[in-house]
Amino acid sequence: MSNSNSESSLVPYGLVKAHLLISVVFVFVAVLGGMTYAMQFIDLYPFKAVEWFSPGRVRMVHTQAVAYAWIANAFFGIMYYMIPKLTNHRVLSEKLGWVVFYVYNVLILATVVLILAGFGQGLEWAETPRVLDPFIAIFVVLLVVNLVTPMWKARSKPFYVSVWYILAALIWTPLVYVMGNFLPEYVYPGSGGAAISSMYIHDLVGLFVTPIGTAMVYYLLPVLMKRPIFSHALSLIGFWGLAFFYPMNSTHHYLYSPIPMWSQYAGIIASVGVHIVVYTVVFNIVATIASDWKEAIKSTEIKFLFTGTICYLITCIQCAIQVTLSVQSIIHFTDWVVGHSHFVLFGVFSFWAFAWIYYLIPRLLNTAIYSESLKSWHFWLSTLGIFIMQFDLLSAGLVQGYMWKNLAPFIDTVAASMPFWWVRAFSGMLIFVAQVLLMINIYMTWKQSRDSAPANANLATAGA
Amino acid sequence: MASKSQKYEKFSAVFLLAGLFFLIVAFLILGLAPATQVSNIPDKVGMPTEIPGDFQKYYSSLEQYHEGLLNGRDVYISEACWHCHSQYVRPVSNETLRYGPVSQPGEYQNKLNLPQLFGTRRVGPDLSRESGKRPNDWHFVHLYNPKWVVPQSVMPQYPWYFETKKVKINDGKDERLEITPKQEAIDVVAYLQWLGLHVSSVTHKYYDNDAIVMPPRN
Repeated sequence: MSNSNSESSLVPYGLVKAHLLISVVFVFVAVLGGMTYAMQFIDLYPFKAVEWFSPGRVRMVHTQAVAYAWIANAFFGIMYYMIPKLTNHRVLSEKLGWVVFYVYNVLILATVVLILAGFGQGLEWAETPRVLDPFIAIFVVLLVVNLVTPMWKARSKPFYVSVWYILAALIWTPLVYVMGNFLPEYVYPGSGGAAISSMYIHDLVGLFVTPIGTAMVYYLLPVLMKRPIFSHALSLIGFWGLAFFYPMNSTHHYLYSPIPMWSQYAGIIASVGVHIVVYTVVFNIVATIASDWKEAIKSTEIKFLFTGTICYLITCIQCAIQVTLSVQSIIHFTDWVVGHSHFVLFGVFSFWAFAWIYYLIPRLLNTAIYSESLKSWHFWLSTLGIFIMQFDLLSAGLVQGYMWKNLAPFIDTVAASMPFWWVRAFSGMLIFVAQVLLMINIYMTWKQSRDSAPANANLATAGA
Repeated sequence: MASKSQKYEKFSAVFLLAGLFFLIVAFLILGLAPATQVSNIPDKVGMPTEIPGDFQKYYSSLEQYHEGLLNGRDVYISEACWHCHSQYVRPVSNETLRYGPVSQPGEYQNKLNLPQLFGTRRVGPDLSRESGKRPNDWHFVHLYNPKWVVPQSVMPQYPWYFETKKVKINDGKDERLEITPKQEAIDVVAYLQWLGLHVSSVTHKYYDNDAIVMPPRN
């Protein structure tokens, strides 16, 4: 952008940079955890019988690192960039932003250490040790206050679609965090706790990751394509559909469980309702890309956005099929669900975040990306890896589900899963290597920016 | 210019209607309502009123046994056992033949189920009807090294819950390893043998033949 001075004071670039750079480190930790855990299934676990790296603990580190270290840090950084740009107001306080950045990431490191030391919490997607939960809640609230302030200042005018999504997500996130981490842990035992815990499992993805991810695409795609989003009306339906249906999906995580059956039916109906949301969002994104297809496909950032959108479509079609009771009776408890969640958090939201990282990092560092070909390799290996993993785990899920139903001895179903677990480890390796390439690329870009800092000083800081 | 839809594009609508109202409604309907409904169901299980015979040598008082069950549950959580073993039997997919009676809400209104450990994946079998299916010794060996009893198992080993020492035998000519469970291992096995204790008259079925005990290799 032309006026770099006022620009740089509007957006807290330092915070954007810090969150994004640390997220790149954490995506490596996350895939390393996942890869290590996958080795247990094929009997090649590198830390056999080592207490601190027991596979169960490593699995908790894997999921916590994906959600709270990688995706959250990337999304925080991207929001620090998007919100001031979209509202034309600064965040409440950059200093507060830095305090949150440091404390939050120290809490993440403490989470990793404490989980490995055996203090994981017994709630799915909320394995952060109990002692840390209140602190994380406090700092999430501070982050929300910091980020909602510019939207509050701009409240008199209608917002762009991205701001609706972010604002709603920022209100939802702290409420959902407190609900999911405290009620099932201290108040409601058994099925009541499970009903609330399933709400947390779903809302973490549905009300934190999904809306902010969607906001990211609605912002970046028009910028990269240099044209507005295809339809304003569709984006309106998509947002309000999400706000209405997503919070009510929860119980579909525990179908056929002792949770009251009426609430399971409600969860299923709301999950099917999500389709309205998904098709409008996907159509809007694809139609925008299709308007200039040949140019668009040359850009790796748009490839990431587009592939992520296709993955989004596939997972959501899958979702409507798998939440039905007949399909659940077979695929629940199997690797099918594992495949589904990898597709969602890696194939969709990580891909969208990668597009943003490749868009922002060179602009934040005033340096061209170190290697276009590494970037391209990162894209293709990640894509290949996640599609192989998805196909493999869905197939594994069907094999396991039908063998269980047909009363094969349990251990036979483990033996039958072995080939699928090998393929899963292989696809995981592709994804792992791809993230190493991302790390190298970002590190080298950062190093180059250090080496040539004075020469680039007068280049524009950011903007497209 | 101001179209009708524009009020849904402003701070107040997004904040109040989407951010607060829809979420709270969903929480009341699908979180609090079922939670309140089941919390009125009386606890069918309760804490055991006597120490099961096999555990009388490990626990001297009932309080100690209850303490042990809670500790065992905590180890079960910290090792993330619940990520690979579910704790509810569904009424479908022939699960009643494999595991036992379908789970009822009243079975989970117990302090050992706070937090609930339903689980969402079965890398290993469901454990809600585990009580009495296998002997304690099987569980100790299985915890120390699962492959010694189930060669194809992918379960991790937990040797840090055991004391290992070398003992001389045959007048000091030979050595052998003596492995004894620490308190944590005893607590975990007590917890596992508690899971489904209230229905454990339902003995295990033919389909649990993975429980056949194999001789240790060493």
